[in-house]
Amino acid sequence: MTNETLIPMIGVVTDIRRDTPDVKTFRVEAPEGGKVFEHIPGQCAMLSIPGAGEGMFSITSSPTQKNYMEFSIKKCGCLTSWLHQMEVGQQIGIRGPYGNGFPVDTDFAGKDLLFIAGGIGLAPLHSVINYCRDNRDRYGKIDIVYGSRSMDDLVDYQEILDEWCKEDGINVYLTIDREQEGWDGHVGFVPNYVKELGFDVNKTAVICGPPIMIKFTLAGLVELGFEKSNVYTTMELRMKCGVGKCGRCNIGDKYVCKDGPVFRCDQLAEMPDEY
Amino acid sequence: MTYYKLPVSSLSALFDRVAEKQTLYIPTDKDGHAVFAPYESGMQLTKKLNTDRSAKDFFFPQTENLYDIKMKGKQLTVEDTREECEDFTVFGVKGCDARSFAILDKVFLSDPVDTYYKNRREHGTVVSLACNRPEETCFCRAFGIDAGDPEGDATAWRIGDEMIFAARTEKGEAFLSSVKDLLTETDGAMVESLKKAVAYIMDQLPLGNISFEGMKQTDLMTHFKNEKWAGLSESCLGCGTCTFVCPTCQCYDIREFDTGKGVKKFRCWDSCMYSDFTLMAHGNSRNSQLERFRQRFMHKLVYFPNNNGGEFGCVGCGRCLAKCPIQTNIVKVEKALEVRSDD
Repeated sequence: MTNETLIPMIGVVTDIRRDTPDVKTFRVEAPEGGKVFEHIPGQCAMLSIPGAGEGMFSITSSPTQKNYMEFSIKKCGCLTSWLHQMEVGQQIGIRGPYGNGFPVDTDFAGKDLLFIAGGIGLAPLHSVINYCRDNRDRYGKIDIVYGSRSMDDLVDYQEILDEWCKEDGINVYLTIDREQEGWDGHVGFVPNYVKELGFDVNKTAVICGPPIMIKFTLAGLVELGFEKSNVYTTMELRMKCGVGKCGRCNIGDKYVCKDGPVFRCDQLAEMPDEY
Repeated sequence: MTYYKLPVSSLSALFDRVAEKQTLYIPTDKDGHAVFAPYESGMQLTKKLNTDRSAKDFFFPQTENLYDIKMKGKQLTVEDTREECEDFTVFGVKGCDARSFAILDKVFLSDPVDTYYKNRREHGTVVSLACNRPEETCFCRAFGIDAGDPEGDATAWRIGDEMIFAARTEKGEAFLSSVKDLLTETDGAMVESLKKAVAYIMDQLPLGNISFEGMKQTDLMTHFKNEKWAGLSESCLGCGTCTFVCPTCQCYDIREFDTGKGVKKFRCWDSCMYSDFTLMAHGNSRNSQLERFRQRFMHKLVYFPNNNGGEFGCVGCGRCLAKCPIQTNIVKVEKALEVRSDD
């Protein structure tokens, strides 16, 4: 019997970090150590727990991380609640990688990059941001705009402060939705903050966050003069198979699991508004 | 093509012979419905034109176990519980259903290959049966299917008191050679006259000469934004009957069943007509029945052709016309959407 893409491999959770009140980051390795499989930034994997279900999650770690994969997961349903109560040493089902990933070696090469994330939307961008940091000479300036509901909801806050903010050639702009004690940074929604900051329109932009944030941010970038063909986003819809056959994650004739999850905004403009 | 004949009175002998070596399925009557059933000696072919359900179950069953997964403490074990499928033969598949396998192949045999499907496909022999008298709901001709000359590994034609057989593939040759001593070689003259007679009947039928090509006169977004979707979908109950009887609907769910000793991960048919099909923690990408209804027909009439060299995801079997409780169907939808030259 040949190998079947629907049957998971086994991964072991070797580290768990609490990022925010409802987001944890899980490190996953193969039982014999090392990565379960290789991936490119922006690709996803199906994680499963018998009895709790199976779901698609973006791989948060960069492929330059040679020993493990990480997943930042927000607790919001049955499977994610189960994942959140796991302890180190727990084995999980894992299959993938799925999707096209970001064009890090082609369209992004040599470009100034502008990453814009909202809430847990940083998770898919975390992989590509760290990939670009680890291959610094292949990319121009990097700007990162990241916002969340509150200071406590900023995913990877410590890594952002300790590493991203301290690196030459990287500018990080953080914002939270409402005033909060202990926060002296920017307050306001991401789409407005991006417009206030007013970036050079020749940058290649990458947006990820809640659908409503993506829509307003894209509109803001277009207003600033960005070409849609220079703006990327990554989508997530309900998935079961991950290989374009179960029929539920399509937007028009494109399957998010296979043709996406990364789309250019000029491609999205030609697709039905069903996401 | 070499033709062989057999008196209809000897058909049971042929079935008995085939069923000695492998499971043979034939369309027969059960509780007033025409169904494919495992052949038992003496079982008679249905006189109905086609089975209530399509023949897709043979290769894409309504439910099937994918694997077993067990958790003990923090340890997981995954077990591939499949066994190599045994050879089987399906007799009496009509032209529409025979074509549906080619459409399902495009989904399940494209990269990455679905090995569950492929395994059954490799072990199954399809012996199609020409239609003698297509009915009012038939429109297979719109998709280039000849009801009088159906595809398959081998084809059978019933003409008067005789069955004529011909092989189309190696598997079909093997089927015929396993029963060769019952057959007598003949020419194709009777088959040609049957094909002409069936074509004549199709010409008289209300949907016998419809075309779906008008769908291709405009693009995806124009169809998607068509205002007629609201009226077309208004009375849809979202029952999903159309998807379950459809030979080309292939959307599936992967679910699990806890046996108490472990979890069985299984695949089952699903329907894009159901509200939880696309439901996620953050919301639903197709919230209204209009969106779900539009998805099903856009998939068959626009998305599938776009991704498969213009081939529609429909074979004109007419089951959705016969079974929809509110009498809507793909022909009505196509007629509403198509761009006519006089538009």
